[in-house]
Amino acid sequence: MAGREPENVGTLVSPGSEVLGPGHSYGSVTDKISSIVLTRGIGNKYKIGFAMAVMLLLLLNFGITVLLAEGVGIWGINIPVGWGFAITNFVWWIGIGHAGTLISAFLLLMRQKWRTSINRFAEAMTLFAVACAGTFPLLHMGRPWLFYWLLPYPDTMGVWPQFRSPLVWDVFAVSTYASVSLLFWYVGLIPDLATLRDRATKNFKKVIYGVFALGWRGSARHWKRYEMAGLLLAGLATPLVVSVHTVVSFDFTAAIVPGWHSTIFPPYFVAGAIYSGFAMVVALAVPLRKYYGLEDFLTIRHLDNMGKMMLATGMIVAYSYVMETFMAFYSGNKFDIFMIMNRMTGPYALVYWSLIAVNLVIPQLLWSSRVRRNPLYLFLLSFSVQTGMWLERYMIIVSSLNRDFIPSSWGMYYPTRWDWIIFVGTIGLFFTLFYLFIRFLPMISIFEMRELVHKTAEEGGHK
Amino acid sequence: MIQRQSTYGLMAEFLSAEELLEASKRTNEAGYQKVDAFSPFPIEGLAEAIGFERTRLPIIVFCGGLLGCCGGFFLQWWPNVIGYPMNIGGKPLDSWPAFIPITFELTILFASLSATFGMLALNLLPAPYHPVFNLERFALATKDRFFLLIEAEDPKFDPEQTRQFLKELNPREVSEVES
Repeated sequence: MAGREPENVGTLVSPGSEVLGPGHSYGSVTDKISSIVLTRGIGNKYKIGFAMAVMLLLLLNFGITVLLAEGVGIWGINIPVGWGFAITNFVWWIGIGHAGTLISAFLLLMRQKWRTSINRFAEAMTLFAVACAGTFPLLHMGRPWLFYWLLPYPDTMGVWPQFRSPLVWDVFAVSTYASVSLLFWYVGLIPDLATLRDRATKNFKKVIYGVFALGWRGSARHWKRYEMAGLLLAGLATPLVVSVHTVVSFDFTAAIVPGWHSTIFPPYFVAGAIYSGFAMVVALAVPLRKYYGLEDFLTIRHLDNMGKMMLATGMIVAYSYVMETFMAFYSGNKFDIFMIMNRMTGPYALVYWSLIAVNLVIPQLLWSSRVRRNPLYLFLLSFSVQTGMWLERYMIIVSSLNRDFIPSSWGMYYPTRWDWIIFVGTIGLFFTLFYLFIRFLPMISIFEMRELVHKTAEEGGHK
Repeated sequence: MIQRQSTYGLMAEFLSAEELLEASKRTNEAGYQKVDAFSPFPIEGLAEAIGFERTRLPIIVFCGGLLGCCGGFFLQWWPNVIGYPMNIGGKPLDSWPAFIPITFELTILFASLSATFGMLALNLLPAPYHPVFNLERFALATKDRFFLLIEAEDPKFDPEQTRQFLKELNPREVSEVES
């Protein structure tokens, strides 16, 4: 527009803090984040990454097509190991999602400022991880088109789902989790969509962002209700996230299989979920800050804090491993003792010891602040943790099922190429969605960054 | 049909959150009632400054949660006890502890839906059109500028005096919002 004075005249400039680089104003954070979506376009690295993700997604489509045509017999599952990769992947993916909700809800209630620049993409990560997770139980049903039999509705057969079964609880827990995560994410996006609507130069972008911004205009009354809604959603989502992985762990604990039937599972699963989730947030944050030059917003302090979260939850997981082993011997139950010995020395011993190495030993490096504050080390460590958490679920499922009470019914589980194709395919689904997200929506919450500029400037002024 | 006024109100533009907060307080003290303030991020105390003390949202969310809780329990209790009673593993028909997880999940679900849609409904959103958007500079309200609006429908509104009043608040500029 002609005749307007320079953009930032007279507006406040923040001296910065540990969680925000110096010299930022309301305008500069707005421009920096919205330009990624509106003006910067897509570079070659983005194109290559996106193409790879889409190729894996196509692989998933191929795998699912063959699966639906042939049936779950193409997987390695059989009796006694009937769960295999499908449930391993389900638990792994849904666990990854948990850090997103934890960052956006729990850290909001705790008034942690460092959540501001990571909550948006962590919530997106949650949604996409839940989408990947949901794929597996559906496919594992064998006849996914009948999934609605899990839902309670007055059908002509007169039967109802078994409400006393943890598997039905899971349906409610996971679908509630997906819905609430979506609501939370969308409510958080509304003011930023309005920013994009007002900053967009092309008409069709204005219309599309405008439709989703719902006519947001930043009125003080609106903000008041908006903040109340955000606070209430955070208060609701915090117990929800704990309940979801607790219910997932009930799928195991309610059975009588040695290695599953254990009261330590709910806290052990929740801690493990947050552990792997923070690892995924780190794995996404490190390339994003480098590629988009967001070092001012995703500071070393953020990485340090996430490293500490990983260390804390990792120690809870380590404690659970130790307790599980101790309790098996302390109980004197010969099936439990056999199960633990089978894990450590049986046919899947390699899985167990790899798990201990990548999930327990290597993450001890996080005690060093030099490791936590080095993006590359932290990035590599996050892969160690994610592999470890995947191996943990694999160990819990496969090594518990393969040798239970009667030796005549023992059996081995070998994943087939179709197990691998569908697993790797969901990684493609995840990254395809994530690439689309960073292209079309602001990956950092703009209005909360403005709030952070305001707060850090105020604090700087008082010094 | 009500006759349309050509002016929706007068809008003052400010450069900082503190200026807007101060101006809102003075506008409220001066007795203006149909006032609204716009900011690019939530400002503590701004809603109170323009005379908006509390929202009914928590009650709506509580009712939603209660509905989800009772509905969720009934959803399981009715088929198990009345609709299709079946003896499963010798458990009592009304084995209520087993119904708690789903009851809990549906409580959270309904409370969250009420929080989201309650907030939108109370805010009268979606609202694709609003007169304030007629002001070209209002696009900055989602970036780095702060706005105070006195509506023409306010009983104290007078085109000249109100403009004068707003100018005394030391804004960057005062503009007319067309309706």
